[in-house]
Amino acid sequence: MIIDYPTLKVIWWLLVGVLLVGFAIMDGHDMGVGTLLPFVGRDDVERRVVINTVGPHWDGNQVWFITGGGAIFAAWPLVYATAFSGFYWAMLAVLWALFFRPVGFDYRSKLHSPTWRKTWDWGLFVGGAVPPLIFGVAFGNLLQGVPFNFDNNLVSYYTGSFWGLLNPFALLTGVVSTAMITFHGAIYLMHRTEGDIQRRSRNAALIFGVLLLAGFSAAGVWLQWIPGYVITSTIDPSALPDPLAKEVAREAGAWMHNYQTMPATMALPVLAYLGTIAALLLALKGRTLSAFVASSLTIVGVIGTAGASMFPFVMPSSSDPRSSLTVWDSVSSHLTLSIMFFATLIFMPIIITYTSWAYRVMSGKVTAAYVRENSHSAY
Amino acid sequence: MVTEQLVDLSRLQFAATAMYHFLFVPLTIGMTWMLVIMEAVYVMTGKPIYKDMTRFWGKLFGINFALGVTTGITLEFQFGTNWAYYSHYVGDIFGAPLAIEGLMAFFLESTFIGLFFFGWDRLSRRQHLLVTTLMAIGTNLSALWILIANGWMQNPVGAEFNATTMRMEMVDFWAVLFNPDAQAKFVHTVSAGYVTGAMFVLSISAWYLLRKRDVEFAKRSFRIAAAFGLASALSVIVLGDESGYTVGEAQQTKMAAMEAMWETEPAPAGLKLIAGINEKEMKNDWEIEIPWLLGLIGTRSLDKELPGIKEIIAHNRTRVVSGIEAVKALDQVRSNPQDAAARERLLTYQADLGFGLLLRKYVTSMDQVTPELIDRAAADTIPRVTPLFWGFRLMVALGFAMAALFGLALWYSVKGSFAEKPWLLRWALWSLPMPWIACEMGWFVAEYGRQPWTIYGVLPTHMSVSTLSVSSLYGSLAGFVGFYTVLLIVEMYLMVKFARQGPGSLGTGRYLNEVAHA
Repeated sequence: MIIDYPTLKVIWWLLVGVLLVGFAIMDGHDMGVGTLLPFVGRDDVERRVVINTVGPHWDGNQVWFITGGGAIFAAWPLVYATAFSGFYWAMLAVLWALFFRPVGFDYRSKLHSPTWRKTWDWGLFVGGAVPPLIFGVAFGNLLQGVPFNFDNNLVSYYTGSFWGLLNPFALLTGVVSTAMITFHGAIYLMHRTEGDIQRRSRNAALIFGVLLLAGFSAAGVWLQWIPGYVITSTIDPSALPDPLAKEVAREAGAWMHNYQTMPATMALPVLAYLGTIAALLLALKGRTLSAFVASSLTIVGVIGTAGASMFPFVMPSSSDPRSSLTVWDSVSSHLTLSIMFFATLIFMPIIITYTSWAYRVMSGKVTAAYVRENSHSAY
Repeated sequence: MVTEQLVDLSRLQFAATAMYHFLFVPLTIGMTWMLVIMEAVYVMTGKPIYKDMTRFWGKLFGINFALGVTTGITLEFQFGTNWAYYSHYVGDIFGAPLAIEGLMAFFLESTFIGLFFFGWDRLSRRQHLLVTTLMAIGTNLSALWILIANGWMQNPVGAEFNATTMRMEMVDFWAVLFNPDAQAKFVHTVSAGYVTGAMFVLSISAWYLLRKRDVEFAKRSFRIAAAFGLASALSVIVLGDESGYTVGEAQQTKMAAMEAMWETEPAPAGLKLIAGINEKEMKNDWEIEIPWLLGLIGTRSLDKELPGIKEIIAHNRTRVVSGIEAVKALDQVRSNPQDAAARERLLTYQADLGFGLLLRKYVTSMDQVTPELIDRAAADTIPRVTPLFWGFRLMVALGFAMAALFGLALWYSVKGSFAEKPWLLRWALWSLPMPWIACEMGWFVAEYGRQPWTIYGVLPTHMSVSTLSVSSLYGSLAGFVGFYTVLLIVEMYLMVKFARQGPGSLGTGRYLNEVAHA
């Protein structure tokens, strides 16, 4: 195998990050559009305009989510198993919210009844707003540690409750996540629409951009007081993964260690601020495409900050710290990580190429005239 | 704690959501190629009616596809939410094809499906045909990867147990990829999808013809469906799943169960058409048999024996006994990783570890095992015979009935007289549910027939579940039933509405039931 095990473990931490960021940028702007739909579109035609900005792309974009899940299964099976089963009701809420999207997009405009259409509009709102909120809440809980432990055969037991996930800090990170995705969606809508919808989207971008900056700052300050986790035993990055083989301690301020030992990681929170400010300024100037690039960089910064703060932890355990899952001990075998690395290396550029082509084919403003002319085929 | 009730509810939820998902998948798989064929004819002949066909059948395809996507995510979540120990124990192998499915197939399918629906005016004819073809390839590739994953559950090749990580680990990716079980399953399953797509178009076209409406449109659709359907139905039967049944013990067990073959018969074994199954006494009270046939199909030879159920149980009993040693050694290694002697003993018995784990259902420590429990564990390795026997027969009967229908439909298509044969059209119309029933039966036989394992011989089902509360399972199951019922009603309503409206729903001005622009 060409790449050694410790390096691959770190590469896979980066790749899961890339997939999560890709999901948030691509599926995220669809979700932001869904969240804004009932508010920026005031009548049926306007709402169809909004929906059709993402109509040809939402399905492809949703695959970032599915592939992200698959990649976590393949690369971090213990994380996939422990997080999905532990966060049972939260995951089901995400899943059931996502149910509204494929049918909402495809079925909404197939019947003329206003009640039918309005119902699906709120369905698309739920499908857009709930997943980012819950993912944000989940990250807030990861940063505080989650109550779970393994027995000697690595059967995981989650000892918390669904309501325990909804603690104040996690709700704050939920707001940050929702604001980030809605902000990103608003900027996308500014790029693809004109007139009233564009104006309303601009207002939304301002509101959620400011909310994001405030929420991110508040969470950053709060994090100073949240006890982080450190591995106190020696780490052998090339060892076979066994989460029970280490010692872990909780320590106030531990989530700030990486920024002190690797000052380059400070670039991530800085990017979150600069991206948001740049996106706002560019959007106000009407340079919407550049603004979209900037808000995408915001997402890199925000998610990167959460990841870098916790590294090498992925899912710390608050009730049995040594059960915590880290980059070193929750991964797949050397062979599987290698295969999956090369599969990603081969397919990611191909995916990006044809996705870009699809966006180019469908580029341009979506207008009321377009919706009227294509009323049988458009969403 | 893992109780029997938790295991049963987890199984019920997975079975219900998986079978529900597979109401939409085969139609998607088959329709994509039907659309490619129709559009290719359009590009070659330039006749707009073929474009209308592509768009109209594409519209129905889209209604179906939306639910396929919706219900597919459930399955990807569910390994983690409800089968956590499974996900940990075999994720090293099982997760890879799922992730590659996303990278290689889902992105392709989902990106181009958007252009298929929205790109008509923005792409050249050839470009659009390319888009449709790539969508079809993506769809079929996703079936390939998911069946590689499923094939591995039936015949777990290319992997080894690792006591330190407490899981199965991949040692040979190519063995997983070219698992003969997976390959046979792939051909069989996508062909069944093609049959479903063909039957869908054939039945609805027959309905238009019976009503003598949109006749030109319906006739052309009918002919394409008849030809594609016959080729696919023959492929399902000839390249059937049975070619995979000689591979590995899992499939031998499944075959013995679904054929109600209690005793090992002299080769070549006969095929029971029907039988009165007596599970208690492990015999058939009566049976109607075609001599030789099963031996021929199952082994492709005249002299190879197929083991009967009683022989398989006796063989598995020895594996359970040896598996007990493996579990004992594993327990020692887990409590003291430095115990070299225990590691050595584990290696000796490791091949039967899964059979030892069957006893975990009854005891926590292997010291509590009694000979009766060993008997019970060995008997557990055979799934219930009656549902498999009849489920399989229903699937096969439907397969032959559909092949006959497609054969006649093609025959009269070539003769050009099918539109004047109401009996044929009515037969085609009423055959609409057949492929779905056959597909569901096929999955039932494949998955129920693998019990008591999730991974044959490696991981028992009762160990695979997440440690959730029973009330959580009742809650989620109720949620799924609620959502899925509403979704099915909505989908069926739209599907029937647009099928009734016919190609007029395109608003081209060429068909019956034209609708005004909205």
